[in-house]
Amino acid sequence: MKTNEEAKRKYEEMVKNASPNSPILKNCVIAFFSGGLICTFGQFLLNFYQNNQFSAEDAATLTSVTLIFISSVLTALGIYPKLGKHCGAGTIVPITGFSNSVTSPAIEFKKEGMVLGVGAKMFLVAGPVLVYGILASMLVGVFYYFGGR
Amino acid sequence: MEQSSKRIGKQTVRFQNPVNILSAASTVGPKEGEGPLKEYFDQVITDILYGQKSWEKAESRFVEENMKLAVKKAGMSMEQVDYILCGDLLNQCAGSTFGIRALNRPFFGLFGACSTMGEAMSLGSMLIDGGFAQNVLLGASSHFCSAEKQFRFPLDMGTQRPQTSTWTVTGDGAVVLGRKKGAVRITEVTTGKIVDLGVTDANNMGAAMAPAAADLMMAHFRDTGRGPKDYDLILTGDLGTVGRELVVELLAKEGYYLDQRYTDCGIEIYDPKTQDTHAGGSGCACSAVTFCGYYYPMLLKGKLRRILFIPTGALMSPTTSQQGESIPSIAHGLVIESPEKEEY
Repeated sequence: MKTNEEAKRKYEEMVKNASPNSPILKNCVIAFFSGGLICTFGQFLLNFYQNNQFSAEDAATLTSVTLIFISSVLTALGIYPKLGKHCGAGTIVPITGFSNSVTSPAIEFKKEGMVLGVGAKMFLVAGPVLVYGILASMLVGVFYYFGGR
Repeated sequence: MEQSSKRIGKQTVRFQNPVNILSAASTVGPKEGEGPLKEYFDQVITDILYGQKSWEKAESRFVEENMKLAVKKAGMSMEQVDYILCGDLLNQCAGSTFGIRALNRPFFGLFGACSTMGEAMSLGSMLIDGGFAQNVLLGASSHFCSAEKQFRFPLDMGTQRPQTSTWTVTGDGAVVLGRKKGAVRITEVTTGKIVDLGVTDANNMGAAMAPAAADLMMAHFRDTGRGPKDYDLILTGDLGTVGRELVVELLAKEGYYLDQRYTDCGIEIYDPKTQDTHAGGSGCACSAVTFCGYYYPMLLKGKLRRILFIPTGALMSPTTSQQGESIPSIAHGLVIESPEKEEY
């Protein structure tokens, strides 16, 4: 081996050649359709609630709540992780994926108790999404307040 | 300083007193019990919780039951065990310590990540050869669920695993070493150094550990003057298909050519086509149960005469990975022989 850095660089090349890639095209197609299906179902819910005398705002909230509930139940039943294995981003990106990422640590860390387990670990995965989601909406709010109107 | 005559070369020792494997036991979980080696394991536990309330407790039960089984198979009682040496992947080696706390024997806890079985067999052999023990019980364990919980994502989270990832083996492999005569013996130990070629992808452990395995093999061949052809089998721990390919490539660069007599426990234990394990098996139990369940009986029957067994380990933690560190790796080599004629 020559220099350490060179050995590392060469090895990186070897690893790249030896490592099989994920089937990206197949994954993208499945994600497109499964994600699309979830969103279409969401649209169906939205229309359903609006047609049943809910205001547009309430109907949107109810749609989210319904999707979160269904996904949470499917997680508890062990069905959502099986879907996620095949659908990838299709089941991660919609709000159902968010629900799955909160429910699954809650189940996983139940053994450590309701406070230090479920309570402390529930947002293990979703925590960063909340932190930066809220931060981003604050920034947008500031821009909107000063110049957007 | 005068070198001990047991040392040959820089990293290898050759034993002067017989270090015999008196028994080997393997207990595995449901997925391993459906794999290609299912009929070779002593016990297949179909309940992944093994009747316990948590994955961690289940892993400890795998340790306890299998350790007892190994001693029973050796025809001994627990009181005849001078030392227990074992380890696992959980923080503070909890799987092992809670597993053996009721066994009431002198204990050394080991951490070598997935190379723990090699580390335990190395140190156990030295204890026997050095005359410090008559019998040593050693082993290594891992559990798919407790490992996922500690190192990756919650089990019920719907994620996709990359093609290079491996599947942690659930189970425990244990061996009883002793001075008493046996058909299979450990004759040499080559101790590995930490090797790190800068791989940071925790989903490609085979690639991270392959340089350590290759380095170990080269050190072993250099120290002993042997080559790959002198072994009926060279068996690495849990490199999987990606890691095996890299080892073959790395050694070819140095002029050592490995053929089909080189395989990896992670490749043998699962069927990637039907079991969806991607690059293969991993975890402390991977090399431990595959050796104890499948290869030790082959040595015992004389189907294999001399093997080089090299459990491999990736010595990172979730914290170091999050801090951007690469994955330091290690491998431990053991020459295990089943001589045709009694030599002593």
